[in-house]
Amino acid sequence: MELSQLTAHELLDKLKNGQAAPKGILDSLCARMQGLEPKVKAYARFKSADKLSLNAQAGGLLAGLPITIKDNICTEGLNTECCSKILENFRPPYDATVISKLKSAGCSIFPLKANMDEFAFGSSTENSYFGPTHNPWNLECVPGGSSGGSAAAVASDEAIWALGSDTGGSIRQPASFCGVVGLKPTYGRVSRFGLIAFASSLDQIGPITKDVEDAAILTRVISGYDPNDSTSVNQDVPDYVESLGKDIKGLKIGIPKEYFIEGMDAQVKSVIEEAINKLKSLGAVSGQVSLPHTQYAVPVYYIIATAEASSNLARFDGVQYGYRAKSDSLIEMYKKTRAEGFGEEAKRRIILGTFALSHGYYDAYYLRALKVRTLIKNDFDAVFKDFDFIVAPTSPTPAFKIGERAQDPLKMYLSDIYTISVNLAGIPAISIPCGFTKDGLPVGLQVMARPFNEEMLFRLAHAFEQNTEWHKIKPRL
Amino acid sequence: MKYQTVIGLEVHLQLNTKTKAFCGCPIEFGQVPNSGVCPVCLGFPGTLPVYNKEALNSALKVALAFSCQIQEHTKFDRKNYFYPDLPKNYQISQFDLPLSRNGYLDIISEGKAKRIGITRVHLEEDAGKLIHESSASLVDFNRTGVPLLEIVSEPDLFSPQEAFDYLTNLKNIIEYLDVSDCDMEKGSLRCDANISLRPEGAKELGVKTELKNMNSFKGVKDALTYEVIRQTEMLESGRAMAQETRLWDADKGITVSMRNKEGAKDYRYFPDPDLTVFIIDQDMVSGIKAKLPELPQEKIRRFMQEYGLSEYDAKILTSSKKDAQFAEECIRKYPGTDKKTMVNWLIGPLLSESNSRKLNLYELNLNKDELISLIGFVENQSISHLSAKLVLTQMIDSQKPAGLIIKENNMLQISDTAELEQIVSAVIQENEKSVSSFKSGKTGALMFLVGQVMKKSAGKANPKLVGDLVKRRLTDA
Repeated sequence: MELSQLTAHELLDKLKNGQAAPKGILDSLCARMQGLEPKVKAYARFKSADKLSLNAQAGGLLAGLPITIKDNICTEGLNTECCSKILENFRPPYDATVISKLKSAGCSIFPLKANMDEFAFGSSTENSYFGPTHNPWNLECVPGGSSGGSAAAVASDEAIWALGSDTGGSIRQPASFCGVVGLKPTYGRVSRFGLIAFASSLDQIGPITKDVEDAAILTRVISGYDPNDSTSVNQDVPDYVESLGKDIKGLKIGIPKEYFIEGMDAQVKSVIEEAINKLKSLGAVSGQVSLPHTQYAVPVYYIIATAEASSNLARFDGVQYGYRAKSDSLIEMYKKTRAEGFGEEAKRRIILGTFALSHGYYDAYYLRALKVRTLIKNDFDAVFKDFDFIVAPTSPTPAFKIGERAQDPLKMYLSDIYTISVNLAGIPAISIPCGFTKDGLPVGLQVMARPFNEEMLFRLAHAFEQNTEWHKIKPRL
Repeated sequence: MKYQTVIGLEVHLQLNTKTKAFCGCPIEFGQVPNSGVCPVCLGFPGTLPVYNKEALNSALKVALAFSCQIQEHTKFDRKNYFYPDLPKNYQISQFDLPLSRNGYLDIISEGKAKRIGITRVHLEEDAGKLIHESSASLVDFNRTGVPLLEIVSEPDLFSPQEAFDYLTNLKNIIEYLDVSDCDMEKGSLRCDANISLRPEGAKELGVKTELKNMNSFKGVKDALTYEVIRQTEMLESGRAMAQETRLWDADKGITVSMRNKEGAKDYRYFPDPDLTVFIIDQDMVSGIKAKLPELPQEKIRRFMQEYGLSEYDAKILTSSKKDAQFAEECIRKYPGTDKKTMVNWLIGPLLSESNSRKLNLYELNLNKDELISLIGFVENQSISHLSAKLVLTQMIDSQKPAGLIIKENNMLQISDTAELEQIVSAVIQENEKSVSSFKSGKTGALMFLVGQVMKKSAGKANPKLVGDLVKRRLTDA
């Protein structure tokens, strides 16, 4: 097997034994990219893999292993453009906290950034200034989004592992569509400093990996309190790898009745049911639970997320950095820069959010959405009194065709119906491969847990993974 | 018709904290433009604010000094608007949960005591500074993110003079707290005024005008005085008043209407998701309260009790913190038994020196020991009171010691009876007319003769001794 096809923990073993070197891993990745990237387009600015080099870090836990970073996480001196024209050629003079942590653990930051929906606005990676990414399992399909580039890169072995960001499902849904592992950590577990904000109260950075052990290793490295992020929580980071390999006998999994409803693909449903049976056969105890406010999650999310986004994106005005349109007056410059710099979906969300916060509408929309958000969180708190996990599909459908939903934003928004509540409640959730549709598209199983219970997620996910083969199946490319 | 003027003031105060409100940039004045900045205060993508505890501390001091109610919960909100001096295109401020409310400031205006309500004191960040040149406008972000305190008064001020006195008192208290430079010219204290007129006896407020661009307390008073006249004329001529913002033009002495945009302005305030709601620790508040310095009101009371000052004198000496400190040090240092002697010097010759030089007492740079030494010369009758005033003037001008000035100017009082007798004899011989008029009962002649002796001695004769000597000579003869 090529080095690029191995998991991070397998490569770490090889690096320790001297069976591999960072250079060899890079070469293997580049060879892979040279052949595949023109088809998959997982990276934002790929031209050729010829001249790529790594700033290999000396030693450390991660021993020079390269990692692929989503285009909205700041990397010092490397283009960080959120796949938007408005941030054209923006090179931050600083690293995000997660990047500093990775570097000090010995990780090498891959010089090309992963493709994404512009500013993470989307569920298909079609809204990228650099064009869409293709799903490695079916190149006519979307990889999911918004971290579609990260997920596709990992699934196609164009990356060893990657970081994504998840505001409403942007790690889990593409992980599910691409047959890889994706974790949205508890809000506050991972520093947001250096993550270019979409919706500050929902965003979290998380790992996209080939297996659960890699996710555990990576989560450990990037987690922890950061004095530069007031919303990060000062709580010890456990050694997640230690929780792997433990059995799941007697652990209680709740199946939310509101998630198994019309609109869910029949094949997805049967794959998920099988996965739940597998968990039960491993000793987990299941029961039906209710999250009664689920139906409000999508509208609440699209009010809160767009409201925050409308303000977060106000800084992209052409004054200090990024794209600036030529014009004679300040107001014209603002208008033209933003009209030309932002894509369709970004404009749609800025307008939605501006409206929701406007005088006369604030109480009816934003304030009410905040209240319902509390009710949604309470739903989860109630279930977690009796259950250790909630298990559900990650997405109601497998990957859809490129272009299929591009003209129907409402249908696109429903792609995230199972993932959004988790962000609103601030809890952690993981998506792991759990089977395929008849057409060979991966299906992801989503597992949610109590805040700061990532350990338990890894334990359950690892138990499932060790007793199934899904994660070992690679797309034929 | 008679109209009542109603004024409310909004004071913005730059806090003199070591670092900015939401980042670690040190605050220094007079830096090269755009050198005191970092990615956070420049609002670069991905950066996050972290509030400055020292700024909160200072804000609480001010709120407590104005007897405000400190809120248990407070939060920061975003005030959204586009302007080139605002790098994020929103200002972090406080909207519906300011850190304190409902305070007051007692003032004395035109001899009358009055309590002015303080609606709220809240914390926010300052914007940058625009410098308009003929060909372009430049922006300096050094000021961006400096902590700013907004102190909003109730519409309790009924004349421009009251507004002026309110500001003077407010500034004095802030100086006592040592939390701001309070320099209107440097912009560390800024004041906007809302003014409206209503028919005498009416309860409803009239249509208000917001006045901006005043850069001194006098400017505030002048602008308000101008507005009273302008609005009175408007109302009397029956023209409709429009709510508007007007700029004070200090050179022309008029207010000019700014773009009338108030009605349409919508700042879309919402809670800043980067800074979570936080609880103000009531123990910390009690701690700050206990450590508040002595404020003017208390100091006045104490000066009256401890040093036997009249209320009037005590107020004069405490009207600035540094003057009060200077005065108190002088009084404490003064070795004489009757402290009143020093007090009389302070409110007499020293104050008249400071008034004529348009300086504060402490700015006279007077060495306290030298002042005490000067008073000593007077008390032991070595120099006359008159000479002492001349010495004081020279001490301030030349910074020379009192003794040296007296010596150089040969000012030591002649208290040698033999020497004085000679001068007295000469004067009596030269003024026979006066001598005889005294003898004929015109006592006023005595003063004339004493005056002649003083003149002959070049002011150095001990006037009391001279009086005795002349009187004895005239009555003896």
